Amino acid sequence: MDVLYFAWVRERIGIPREAIETSAATVADLITELRAREDRYEAAFSDLTALRVAVDQKLTDFDAPLKGVREVAFFPPMTGG
Amino acid sequence: MRISVQDTPFDLGTETTNFAAGHRDMGAIVTFTGVVRDLPDDPLEAMEIEHYPGMTEAALTDIAEQAMTRWSLGDALVIHRHGRLVPSEMIMMVATASRHRKDAFEAAEFLMDYLKSRAPFWKREITAKSADWVAARAEDEDALKRW
Repeated sequence: MDVLYFAWVRERIGIPREAIETSAATVADLITELRAREDRYEAAFSDLTALRVAVDQKLTDFDAPLKGVREVAFFPPMTGG
Repeated sequence: MRISVQDTPFDLGTETTNFAAGHRDMGAIVTFTGVVRDLPDDPLEAMEIEHYPGMTEAALTDIAEQAMTRWSLGDALVIHRHGRLVPSEMIMMVATASRHRKDAFEAAEFLMDYLKSRAPFWKREITAKSADWVAARAEDEDALKRW
């Protein structure tokens, strides 16, 4: 699936998007996998209260299932307007 | 109903005139405009607005459709810019049209409250000293509870 990062999450991880092969069942499982990879992921995902997630472009929760999902995006709380 | 996510400036007068035209039965038009403001201590050189192409349009359409359902609106308009803006430039506008003003005012407030916290935009303030992401405010999230 494609994993996208925005704002300071993108800056900490260093790339705006990447294709990831994963068998993670939920968003939380995916985060656990990513955090174990490299320090830059640990830096981005260390405080989940500061993060929001969208699955296939819809805001959701960290326990959202990933079966059949094409796109997951991580970003800080939104500041539009 | 029209949603526009764009990097180019918009003309508030033209947009408002076009929005109001052709609604003979709408007695009230409310518009709100968000403007880049300077910082008091550290002059703002620019505000950069990042967004999530695709999801942004979908989220704004969903929010506007909710407003059209909840209030008696004849029409709604949301324009939001992204990219690099300087102080006094207009960031975004919403407009609502209804037969009487109450629905137009309330729906415009609803659109703004949801747009601030549920549409995927992120602002960064660039000054001579720093480039900081704007932090979301707890009161913006709290504002959703009244709806």
